[in-house]
Parts: sequence; C-alpha cells; structure tokens
Amino acid sequence: MATASAVSPEVRAKYEPVIGLEVHVQLLTESKIFCSCSTRFGSPPNSNVCPVCLGLPGALPVLNKKAVEFAVLAAMGIQCRINEVSVFARKNYFYPDLPKGYQISQYDKPIAEHGFIEIAIDGGLKKIGITRLHLEEDAGKSLHEGFADAASKTAIDLNRAGVALAEIVSEPDMRSPAEAYEYLTRLKEIILYTGVSDCNMEEGSLRCDANISVRLRGESKFGTKTEIKNVNSFRFIKQALEYEIERQIGILESGETITQETRLYNATEGKTYAMRSKEKAHDYRYFPEPDLLPLVVDEKWQADIRGGLPELPEARRSRMIQEYGITVGDAHTLTLTRAMADQFESVAAKSKNPKRIANLVQGELLGRLKAAGLELEESPISMAGVAASADLVEAGTISGKMLKDLYDLSFERKLDFEVVYEAEGRPEQSRDTASLETLADEVIAANPKQVEQYRAGKKTMIGFFVGQVMKASKGQANPQLVNEVLTKKLEA
Amino acid sequence: MRVTDKDVAYVADLANLELSEEERSAMLRDLNSILGHVDRLSELKTEDVAPMAQVSGTFTVDPALSESERYGYPIRDDVKEGLRKSLPHDAAVKNAPDTDGTFFQVPKVIER
Repeated sequence: MATASAVSPEVRAKYEPVIGLEVHVQLLTESKIFCSCSTRFGSPPNSNVCPVCLGLPGALPVLNKKAVEFAVLAAMGIQCRINEVSVFARKNYFYPDLPKGYQISQYDKPIAEHGFIEIAIDGGLKKIGITRLHLEEDAGKSLHEGFADAASKTAIDLNRAGVALAEIVSEPDMRSPAEAYEYLTRLKEIILYTGVSDCNMEEGSLRCDANISVRLRGESKFGTKTEIKNVNSFRFIKQALEYEIERQIGILESGETITQETRLYNATEGKTYAMRSKEKAHDYRYFPEPDLLPLVVDEKWQADIRGGLPELPEARRSRMIQEYGITVGDAHTLTLTRAMADQFESVAAKSKNPKRIANLVQGELLGRLKAAGLELEESPISMAGVAASADLVEAGTISGKMLKDLYDLSFERKLDFEVVYEAEGRPEQSRDTASLETLADEVIAANPKQVEQYRAGKKTMIGFFVGQVMKASKGQANPQLVNEVLTKKLEA
Repeated sequence: MRVTDKDVAYVADLANLELSEEERSAMLRDLNSILGHVDRLSELKTEDVAPMAQVSGTFTVDPALSESERYGYPIRDDVKEGLRKSLPHDAAVKNAPDTDGTFFQVPKVIER
C-alpha cells in the first residue's frame, strides 16, 4: 500500500485518529420509497421510472409503509431510540442524477437516534455510538464511460432514483482503521440479520463514507476532518483511512493545516485525492418537505415492528456457545449469516455431538470453500450434510480419512455429502478383523525393535503401531479396532 | 436591511440562477420585505404553541384512531408491480433535452 509520506512510527504514535462513519443501506422493499416503481437491480436503464421519481411537475410522493418498518427494524437492531414523530426534509443540491433538484431526506427530526454497536477490540468490548438513522431516497446513477458519446457526455439512469435508503451515522468514536473495519463488519452483520437489506457492496446496496481527522494524543478538540467517499469494500476503507491518517500527520508535521474537503479513494494506487467537483461549501438549505406529513410511528406500531426483530448475532453467539459447547471462534463462523446459524441450530439439536459439527465446519469445510473460491452460502455441502458426516464419524462408521475423501468428492461433483455418500455405496471403514489381523502381524514382524520397546514397558509405542496399520489399510480401518487387535497381539 | 446584495448573489448561485443587476436589486428588495413581514409575525406570543413543520400536521383528532392511523392515510403498502405502473421507456425519455434513446444525457460531468 502506498503511503502519503514517510511518517515514522514515533511520529505516528504522537497522533490519535478520530473516525466517524456514514453508512447507506438500500432497503429491500419491492417498490421505491415514494412511488410504485420497482426497485429491481439490473432492469433496462430508465425502465423503472415514473412522474414521481423523474421529478416531473405536479407529481406527489406517497410514503412506502414497508420502508418505514424496515428502517425502524434496523434502528432497533442497533439499539436506537425510535422517534415517535419524525419529519421529512428537502436537501437541496444540483446534480444530474437528482432529477428534482432536491433529495427527500430527514434532517433535524430523524426516525431514530442514540444507538450503539459493541465491537471487540484488543480483547475487550468497545461501544461505538450511533448518532442517528434516517430515511431518505437514493439518487440515480451517472455513467461516465462505456457508451457512444462518453467523451462529451454523461449518461443518466434513474432506475435507482427513489429507492429507499437508511443512512446510519456513527459518533466520531473510532480511534483506528481496525475499529472502523470492526464497526462496519458488526453493522453489516446486524443489518443482514434484520433482513432489511442484502448489504451487497458490489451492487451498491451498502455504501460507506468515512470522516477522519487526527489530533495529538491528549488533545480534547478534534482536528480538521476530511471525508472519504467512493470506497467499495471494507478492506479498502481500512486502507484509505490508513493512507489518510499518514497524509494528515505529514501535513501537520510540516507545519501546514488540513483543508476540510471531500476526497476520493483510488484503490489501485492506494491513495486519496481531493474531489474537485464538490469543493463548494455544502449548503443544502434543508427545509421541511411540504408534500409529506410528519411520520408518526406510535408505540403500538413500534411494538408490532419489534415483534419481527430476530435474535441479534452477538446474543445468539453467547447462547450458542452455552448451548452447544462450541468455542467463540466456532460461534463466529457459524453465525456469519442468519441462514447458516439457523441451519446449524436445526441440525445441532438432533446431532449426537454439535461440537464435532462445528469442528468439521472449521477444519474441513472452510478450507475447501476458500480453495474453491466459494462463499459459505454456495457450499456444496449443506449444514445437514456436515451433521450427517459428523454422526457417521461419531458412530465409527467412517474414518476421518474417509470423511476427507468424501468431502473432496462433494466439492468435485458439487453434490451434498449425503448424495455422495449414497453414490459411493455407503462406504464403511473396515471392521474386517481377519484382514486387520494379517496387517497387524505384518507390522509387528516388520518392526522388531519397536516391539521390544513396547514389551519392555513403553506402552505409548502402541500409537506407532496403530499408525503403521492405518497407513497399510490406506486409512480405511477403524483406529479403535486396530488398537484392540494390536494390543491383544502385543500383550500376548 | 437584513439581506445584502452578497447574500442574494450567494443564494442565486446555490440555486443555479443567473440574475441581472436589475433582477438582483429586485430580489434584494423583495427578500427584505418578506423578512420584514416575518419580523412582524415574530411579535406574536407563541410560547405556548408547539413548533410545527406542517400546516396539515393534524389530519384528524378522532380519538378512536391511534396516532399512526390518524397520520397513516398518506402511507401505501409495498406492492410488487405496484398500483401505478412505471412509464413506458420511450415516454420517460421523450421530453428529455438530450437522450441516446436509452439514457438521459447531460454534458460531461468530471468527477475528479
């Protein structure tokens, strides 16, 4: 990663970064927030548009009930207080992808305020405050290249204009890029659990802007901040923040001052650049939207919405650790998505040994997924498949080696474990004592020195013999049975 | 004078308006006269009146309805293929100052 200037670790340590994040999530409503147009991603350009979202004269917005409920649900997931009365406001600015010349948003009375997220940092928990969550409409999309007149024109697709967004603004509570990364990870996880957004960064359904300043340690006043926009992954946000911290320290160390500005991150170069087009001071001249009544979400409606709030990831992890005897690491893996956690719990309850399922996910499944470049959701082996394989190992029906082979076959054929297990004729590890005895005899005959040691009292040598027999059986033998046969022969 | 010529120029710029000298001085006069009127309104005693963002802030006071229901009439359900269809694509772009038949087009916007 490129650095702005060579800031030595000693100089770096004198300063403390202060980071606040603004996250936009697209809400998974079928229709837009103020009109009936579809929100489907990937429709032909300018096909999901109507007089309301095109900003044609005289068209009036009508609020989508589901957008309100999703925003409230998300707000509850991040422990916000819901404002019974909130007010829509017009944010005025000119940009080609904003047809009305203003964005309907919320300003001094947002739908929710005063929340927090707990993040794990340095072995402890830290509370990151959430200032507010408000509802607003998305803008359209500008295309700068990839069409005939791209040299002289910008093309506008307004399908996205008017899609419901929740903007979540954090307090400037984060003190390192790592904390920012952790905050975003937890926030995304909670939003995914509530089901109000798919948080797909490639499709732009989760977008993040970062405010960052630095100050000398011990200083209570904030430094001048810059805003970083246009970052499309959490990893890049971390990198952009690292770069910006060094850049700002470099400026301050040389005796100059930071300019408050918006900067864009170029991931290829690993640098941020001042954005020229928005240098003008932001003056949005907010005023209450006259076309919409105040939004009232009274206690009864809030209670109805709260009924749809699922168990949140952190609480779920604690419970799962208790209930299934799994580790913190297991719990994190198994709760990566709500679907995954649901699947695990539905099989764990019936399983002989839930911990073994967790072990298989960590030890056998994740590595194979990574090697195949697959997400957990795309795994050929379902959680039910993992559970079935765990039970087979538990019962001694198949060996660890056989399980590995069957998993490999599953990935090769893109079929679930149980399908492959059936197709392979329900293989079992060898319980054929006769052939085991032959193998044991061969191994004993081939290793007289070790036999001597064993008989002289070094009982741990049994491990060596079991290993040799397992190897000779190509992993097909049942280790316990091998142990029994060998002990009998060696003690004889 | 509460509003200066500089304020008028600033607001005109934010609103993407090009005003002639004459228009500017007319605006200056009008804005100050409007603010003068607001000053008169400010003489009213409003300590006991709750701030409101909307003149239609109370739709009905029917006590049988919950607060949400009283305000709920302008809310609609989230319906797939909603009650009102989107415009046909050709109708949507028909009156655009510039289009290639697919997109709306504007003079090149330079981002960086």
